[in-house]
Amino acid sequence: MTHHLPDWSALREDFPILRQKVHGHPLVYLDNAATSQKPRVVLEALDRFYRHDNSNVHRGIHELSRRATVAFEAARERAAVFLHAREPAEIIFTRGTTEGINLVAHAWGGKNIRSGDTILLTEMEHHSNIVPWQLLAERTGAKLAYVPITGNDGLLELGGLDNLLDNTVKLFAFTHVSNTLGTVNPVADLCARARRRGIVTLVDAAQSAGHRPVDVQEIGCDFLAFSGHKVCGPTGIGVLYGRRELLEGMPPFQGGGDMISSVDYFHSTWKEPPHKFEAGTPDFAAAIGLGVALDYLAAIGCDHIARHDAELAARAMDQLSSLPGLRLFGPRTGHAGVVSFLLQDIHAHDVVTVADQRGVALRGGHHCNQPLMKKLGVESTARASFYFYNTAAEVDVLCETLREIQKFFGA
Amino acid sequence: MTDELSELYQQVILDHSRKPRHFHVLPEANRKAEGNNPLCGDRYTVFLQLEEGVIRDISFQGSGCAISKASASMMADELKGKTVAAARDYFSQYQNMVTTGKMDEEAMGKLCAFAGVHHFPMRVKCAILPWHAMLAGLDGQTSVSTDTH
Repeated sequence: MTHHLPDWSALREDFPILRQKVHGHPLVYLDNAATSQKPRVVLEALDRFYRHDNSNVHRGIHELSRRATVAFEAARERAAVFLHAREPAEIIFTRGTTEGINLVAHAWGGKNIRSGDTILLTEMEHHSNIVPWQLLAERTGAKLAYVPITGNDGLLELGGLDNLLDNTVKLFAFTHVSNTLGTVNPVADLCARARRRGIVTLVDAAQSAGHRPVDVQEIGCDFLAFSGHKVCGPTGIGVLYGRRELLEGMPPFQGGGDMISSVDYFHSTWKEPPHKFEAGTPDFAAAIGLGVALDYLAAIGCDHIARHDAELAARAMDQLSSLPGLRLFGPRTGHAGVVSFLLQDIHAHDVVTVADQRGVALRGGHHCNQPLMKKLGVESTARASFYFYNTAAEVDVLCETLREIQKFFGA
Repeated sequence: MTDELSELYQQVILDHSRKPRHFHVLPEANRKAEGNNPLCGDRYTVFLQLEEGVIRDISFQGSGCAISKASASMMADELKGKTVAAARDYFSQYQNMVTTGKMDEEAMGKLCAFAGVHHFPMRVKCAILPWHAMLAGLDGQTSVSTDTH
């Protein structure tokens, strides 16, 4: 818990990209669930690294390679501290959340999932936490099952969970925060219920990391994945946390350089985790940038960011509900900084196109949540998603813009 | 609203999107193809009744944004009674118009309303999705995805 309230408007100044006009209007960037913007410290760290220290990691004996390796491993330590992992060896660098989940599906799933086993997911998962498990189920003959969501408020229906967690379930994978509904799931409770039955858990933290405290000890998960680009870091880098005991029992994900202990023509042996799971040259520059981003967020305090996100979401939901015919999705209270809506009969893409002409960046579509859209009975929604650099005034611009859009389409 | 927006969402387009014409299943159809934009979830089925190289009747079903729905409605208006060869010709001219903004008023008639789409490159696929479905139907295919175009 950080004690001093952050100076949000000063922090906003750290983001040069936000100071621009789009189609003649000040940019109002409300697509943070898709990707976050980058503070100057991250941009400068990347620039500095490429100008002064760039060299491949874990290979060279020379000075630049030493610097790059030290910085890369220091970023791993920062990620471990950020997630409260017990040790840096529990941090695997990936390309992002998607690759982290695929890594677990291949390396852990390939070894531990058998025909007749069940992989339990929830109905609000992003495609990246559905499709890797479908592929694993096809390879192994396992079944998929889903924890349902309640109709109107988009919460997990947990009444039947203990029945769903029967003795065929080997893995329970779920999102911390829904990228469409803004629901915050009780991840610690879900992990505890799974653990009591010896079921392995994976948390998709793509929407929660950097937006609220994410402490793997407190959550009690076995695996947790997030993406660097959504937490003020560069693209192409992400983190998979895995409990050491599980990582040690897993075969490699991909083969190649840097992950081996020794290689001959017919047989190879692997390094210990985490390097066993990092074949080839990693995006070490991005990892170093991510380390800087995580420090930047930790200095602000993820608890403060969660409160700021929630305040903006509450303000948006309050103002949006005054628009005639507006449909809001997700829970009424306890919302993360993600607000999905539909304006009567106006298609989300028309809303987004017109909003863009007013400088307001929204997302419209199925949000990589096609099964959820079907469940909600819609093809798409428009979505505003907030971060700590967004302001109450920007929420007001959003609502004013939506009012104009309604007028424009005569709905 | 900006001039470009008013050009994109012309009155005739808004009108067709609210009250689409030929918006039904066609029981007499001998061709039927679905057009799907996986990016946004827009999905239309175009029904064609072809007789001796002529589109006797055409209709569509499905859902999507104002641009794609109006495009389907006005396409059906325009192509009903035209030859298959003429429909293919319309397709290329229409595709050219929505991507470049250049219009041949004599050839395109009411469809010129869609010329403004070229200011919005992200929306060209919306305007052209029903046309791809129509073309797939003429070619005897049953589905098409704008991912491949």
